[in-house]
Amino acid sequence: MRVLAAVSGGVDSAVAMARVSAAGHDVTAVHMALSPDPALTRDGARGCCTISDAHDARRAADSVGVPFYIWDLAEEFRRTVITDFVAEYEAGRTPNPCIRCNQHIKFAALLDRATALGFDAVATGHYARLTRADSGPVLRRAVDGGKDQSYVLAVMGAERLSRCLFPLGDTTKADIRSEAAELGLSVAHKPDSHDICFIPDGDTAGFLQRELGERPGPIVDRDGSRVGTHSGTYGFTVGQRRGLGITQATETGRPRYVLRLEPVSNTVVVGDQEDLSVDHLTTVDAVWCAPRPSIGDGLAVQIRAHGEPVPCTVVEVVSDGFAVRLADPLHGVAAGQSAVLYDGDRVIGQGTIDR
Amino acid sequence: MVYLDHAATTDLRPEAREVWLAAAAVTGNPSSLHRAGRDARRLVEESRERAAAALGVPPASLVFTSGGTESDNLAIVGTVAAQRDSGGGRTILLPRTEHKAVLEPAEALGDVEWIEVHADGRVRLDHLQELLRDYDPALVCVMAVNNETGVVQPIAEVADLCRAAGVPLHVDAVQALGVIRPDGVDATTVAFSAHKVGGPMGVGLLRVLGSAEVRPIVRGGGHESGLRAGTPDVAGIHAAAVAVELAAAEQAAHAEHLASLREALLSGLAALPDLRYDVNSPNDGAPGIVNVGFPGCESDALMMLLDAAGIEVSTGSACTVGIPRPSHVLLAMGRSAADARSALRVSFGRTSTREDVDALLAVLPDAVARARRAGQLAVAGGA
Repeated sequence: MRVLAAVSGGVDSAVAMARVSAAGHDVTAVHMALSPDPALTRDGARGCCTISDAHDARRAADSVGVPFYIWDLAEEFRRTVITDFVAEYEAGRTPNPCIRCNQHIKFAALLDRATALGFDAVATGHYARLTRADSGPVLRRAVDGGKDQSYVLAVMGAERLSRCLFPLGDTTKADIRSEAAELGLSVAHKPDSHDICFIPDGDTAGFLQRELGERPGPIVDRDGSRVGTHSGTYGFTVGQRRGLGITQATETGRPRYVLRLEPVSNTVVVGDQEDLSVDHLTTVDAVWCAPRPSIGDGLAVQIRAHGEPVPCTVVEVVSDGFAVRLADPLHGVAAGQSAVLYDGDRVIGQGTIDR
Repeated sequence: MVYLDHAATTDLRPEAREVWLAAAAVTGNPSSLHRAGRDARRLVEESRERAAAALGVPPASLVFTSGGTESDNLAIVGTVAAQRDSGGGRTILLPRTEHKAVLEPAEALGDVEWIEVHADGRVRLDHLQELLRDYDPALVCVMAVNNETGVVQPIAEVADLCRAAGVPLHVDAVQALGVIRPDGVDATTVAFSAHKVGGPMGVGLLRVLGSAEVRPIVRGGGHESGLRAGTPDVAGIHAAAVAVELAAAEQAAHAEHLASLREALLSGLAALPDLRYDVNSPNDGAPGIVNVGFPGCESDALMMLLDAAGIEVSTGSACTVGIPRPSHVLLAMGRSAADARSALRVSFGRTSTREDVDALLAVLPDAVARARRAGQLAVAGGA
C-alpha cells in the first residue's frame, strides 16, 4: 500500500511511521504545520506545531529513510479549530479542540488530500486498535488503557476509519519508547505533549481572555440571587468548584459548583454538587463507527478523554443524534463535550452533548 | 533518479573533485611563513588568478568567501556601512524579486526602497532612474539572472544609471555564471558561487571593484585583503577555481545544451493534451531555468508526487524550515497567491539529457491531475 504517515515530531508518530515502513508499505511522511506563525512558537516547544517539532519529525523520517514533507495547514487550523474553540467557549459550551482537529484537519484536510494524491491509507501514532471485519472497520480501545485515544478518534466514522492505520494500539507506551530507542530515533525520550497545542503555556483562561476580552457578569445561585461577579463566562466549566471568587459562604457551608453557563444573560449559575447530577444524555451530530445501536441496547458512554465509561441504555437513535439513560448519574456534564458509546472495548459512535 | 534541480546545486565536476581531494590531503595554513604555509598560499593565489582570468577581472579584485550568500552579505552590509559612515547615501534600492541572500541583509539594514518590475520580472529602468533621483541611495542591488524564473536583468543599463548617479551597484550573478556573458562584472561588487558550476559547496567569490569602499563583516586576521578574515578553505578554493575555469570555457556550448533541453520541455508540454499550464519564465531568459505554473495545483503536492516518481524538481525557492510558501518572486511579478503557490521550477545542468525531459513529461499529466484534485479539496475545505 502507499501509506502517508502523519508525523508530529513526537515519539508515537515516529514509531508508527517506522512500523508501517517495516511492514513493507511505500511510506511518505508528512508533518502538518498548524501554527499561524511558526517563528513565534520557536521557544514554546510544547504541543504539535513548532519549528523544533518539524525538525524532530524530519529527523525521524530521515532515520527511517522515508521522504518527508511539510503541509501548511495553518489557515485551515485557525479557521476550523482555533476560531471554533473560542466561539464555543463564548457560547457557554466546553469544546474539545483535539477532537475538532481530528475531525477537520487530520481526517479531512490530511486524509482526503492524501486520498486525492493517490495514497491508500494514512497512518498516525494514535493509541487505538483498528481491525477490518466484513461489515467494516472495528475500532477498539488500545491495549495500554492509560494511553487509549479511541475517545478522540470516534469522530472519524466508519468510512474514514477504513482509510486509516493505527499501528500502536497493541503496544504500551513504555514499549514504544524502547522500540524508538532501539531504532535509534532521536525522539525516543522526548516528553509527551499534554497541552492544547495553540496554547503552549497551558493558560486556557488567559488565552480566552486575550481573544474575547473581559465580559463581567453576575454569578447567581439557583434561586437567582447574586452571589458574586465573574469576568467572562468563558472562564468557567460546568462542574468547576475552584476559582469562583465567591467570598460569601453558603447557608449549609457546602461548596458551590458551576451548574450552568448562560451566555445570553452572561450569567454563571452555581449550586450544590447534587444539582450537577445527570442521568440522561442527548447528543447531536452523531458519527457512527459501527452499525447503529437499537433502542434498549446496553452500552457504555464516556464523556471525557480520560474519563471512566458509564453503563447506559440507548433510548433514542435519530438521523443526527442519539440519547442514552445512565445507569449511574454523572456529574459536571457540559454541552459541547463528546459522548462516545462503547460496546465493551469497541467504539460504536459518538455525538456532541446537547443538553 | 531524474535530477532536474540544477539551479539548487549541480554535479561536482570530476576535475574539481580530483584537485579538491588532493589538496585536502596537504597540511598548511596560507598565513604561515614556513614552507607548508607558502605552498598553501601559492595554491590559493594561483586559484585566485585562474578564477579571475576566467571571469575577466583582476586577481586582486576577487575575494573568496563561504558561498554566494556570504558574498551577497559582505557586498551589501560592507558597502552600506561604508556609505552611511562616510556621509554617503542611506537608502538601498532593489526589486522584491531578489534572492533572500540579498533581500534579508538589505531589509535588516533598513531604509529600503523597492524598484518596480515588469510582469516578466525585469526591473523598470524608468523607476530605478526615478528612485536614484528622489532618494539618497547607498547601494543598488539587481541580480543578473533570477534563480526562480531565469529572467535576465538589463545589468549593463542598470550599471550605466548607477555610474551616472555615482551609486554603487551590487550584482548577484550566482545563476549567471557559466550560462550568460558576465556583463555584471561592470558592477561595484559581483557575487558568485562555486557549487552552481560544478565546484564544491562552501566556496563563494566576490568581485570587488578596486575603487569600491567595502567594510569587512568578518574580522580577525586581515585575510583576503582585509575583507574576509579566517583561514581560507584551500582545497575548496582550488576546486572552485577549476570549476569556474571550466564553466567559463564551456559557456557557449553549455548555454546551447541548456537551450535545446528547454525547447524540448516547452514543446513537450505544448504537445500534452489538456494540460493547463503557464510558463512564468520569459522566452529570452537564461535557458537552464523553466518556471511553470499549473493552475489549481499546489506545487508542494506536485513536487511530492514527482519525487515519488523519481523526478527531482523544485517549487522555486525552498523555505528554511520547509514550509511551503507562495513564491515571493512570482508575487512581486504581480501573480496571485494561488498562482505563486502553483509553480514548479525545472532547471537543467551539464549532465541533464533529453531522456530526463521525456521522463518528466511522461509522469507530469498524472501528477498534475492528482495534485489538482487535492487542490480542489483545499478550496472546498476553505468554504
